Amino acid sequence: MGWSLIRLWTILVYLFMFLPVAVVVLLSFNASQFGSFPMTGLSFRWFIELANNDAILRAFQTSLILGALTAVISTTLGVLASLALVRYTVPGSNLISTCLIAPILVPEVVLAVALLLFLNFLSINKSFFLLLMGHVIFTLPFVILVVQARLVGIRRDMEEAALSLGASPIQTFFQITLPLLAPAVFAGMLFAFTISFDDITGTLFWKPGGVETVPTQIFAMLRNSISPEINALGSVMIALTVGLPLLGAAIARRMAIKRGG
Amino acid sequence: MSVEAREARQPWILLSPALTAVALLLFVPLLFIVVYSFWLRTATGADQVGFFLDNWREALSDAFYRDILLYTLKIGVITTVVCALMGYPAAYFIARSKGNKAILLLLLMLPFWISYIIRTMSWINILGVSGALNSTLLAIGLIDEPIQMLYNQATVVLGLVHFLLPFMVLNVYVSLEGIDASLEDAACSLGATRWNSFVEVTLPLSLPGLAAGGLLCFVLGCGTYITPLVLGGPTDAMFANLVYEAIITQLDWPLGSALSLMLLAVLGALVLIYNKYLGMAQLMKGLG
Repeated sequence: MGWSLIRLWTILVYLFMFLPVAVVVLLSFNASQFGSFPMTGLSFRWFIELANNDAILRAFQTSLILGALTAVISTTLGVLASLALVRYTVPGSNLISTCLIAPILVPEVVLAVALLLFLNFLSINKSFFLLLMGHVIFTLPFVILVVQARLVGIRRDMEEAALSLGASPIQTFFQITLPLLAPAVFAGMLFAFTISFDDITGTLFWKPGGVETVPTQIFAMLRNSISPEINALGSVMIALTVGLPLLGAAIARRMAIKRGG
Repeated sequence: MSVEAREARQPWILLSPALTAVALLLFVPLLFIVVYSFWLRTATGADQVGFFLDNWREALSDAFYRDILLYTLKIGVITTVVCALMGYPAAYFIARSKGNKAILLLLLMLPFWISYIIRTMSWINILGVSGALNSTLLAIGLIDEPIQMLYNQATVVLGLVHFLLPFMVLNVYVSLEGIDASLEDAACSLGATRWNSFVEVTLPLSLPGLAAGGLLCFVLGCGTYITPLVLGGPTDAMFANLVYEAIITQLDWPLGSALSLMLLAVLGALVLIYNKYLGMAQLMKGLG
């Protein structure tokens, strides 16, 4: 009796989490003129309008470039730092870990203000560069957490074998360590990309006038009223940010099976 | 250089890019806004360098800021409590379920991948004047014209709960997963009722997870300005909205610095207290 109540409650909680998002996807196929109920039929017209909307295409371009650069930089920094923390006994490693995850312990608004004002003081105005630096610092802790968790599982014997067989440390890194690290690097990049692609809190502070990312574009469009176009844009974003990690997980699993088999 | 010395230097070489980034992009900027908060923005828009207490006097003594700070904390508390009440039973169900745990966990992770702005605006489709709820009520004849359900304090809390609930469920789940389910059975076999064994055994053991989830919900909830802008009315501004106004709209950057630091002090104090008693490890379990 108690258990079925808990089950019912859990179902309701999941419905609460997903129903509104499902409605966004449903309404993006709405044939009607207005972005609302009742639905008059199914159509792809709003996706076609999206594809013809220059502002939205520009926002997509900005978000994709920003996300990709953020992923590369943040993962590079994160993998190096994680290697140091997992592979070596560093004095004060607790303090170092706390420093490295500090960007998510500070409220994002405060981080956004501090970075904006400091770089402005250095005569670096709102720009793509500022946006990129902001996204890097904000995604770095997540990358470090994810990469560290995966690194712990990689054994050192193979590297030691390569070194003892005469490979240089650099050769060892690129030929042994990096391939073993690939899933961790991949996971870190995917995570950084998704967080960057979805971010709005910091982005609204850092973005130069006239430049929009997809989330800030949606935010700007909301100022007028909710249109089927916003729902269609939301659906595309959901497909991207949910589809990519699922695809990534599938690839990672396949890679793991191959290696194991 | 000896092998040991090189070995000892290697981790620092690996760490230096990340530590430099955090120092230059977080710690130095934070110190900078501490200094900046004592400068003055003059009417001409230039900054007057110096040591002025005006911004702090305004931020700390003006009842307007104090009221909104208290209001923000209130919204944070309500959001956290609702998340705990909704999330705990769900986390318990996932932890104790046998067959479909993997799919439940995967679904639980999904909201983290869906953009915050989309999840927030999705409620407009549900509660808006021509949204799902009004359309349904109209169709079944319960109401004659649409009700204005959006843009108030309740919808702000609703949006925040929707945004933060997965953090709560995940953290509680992680701590419940670490508790041996046979402990409850043992309590039952010693004569406790199911409910008693839950209250006496499982609940206390899961408190660290509940605290971690609560901290995340509270800190993230109190730091938001997007939800009130999208789902709130003109009088539902939270403290981060004041920061946004000062920095972006009024361009009073020294005042904005002081307000940011106030928010950081309040929420940071909470994180420090949490860290002192429970440590960061529990929080990292839920995040990583």
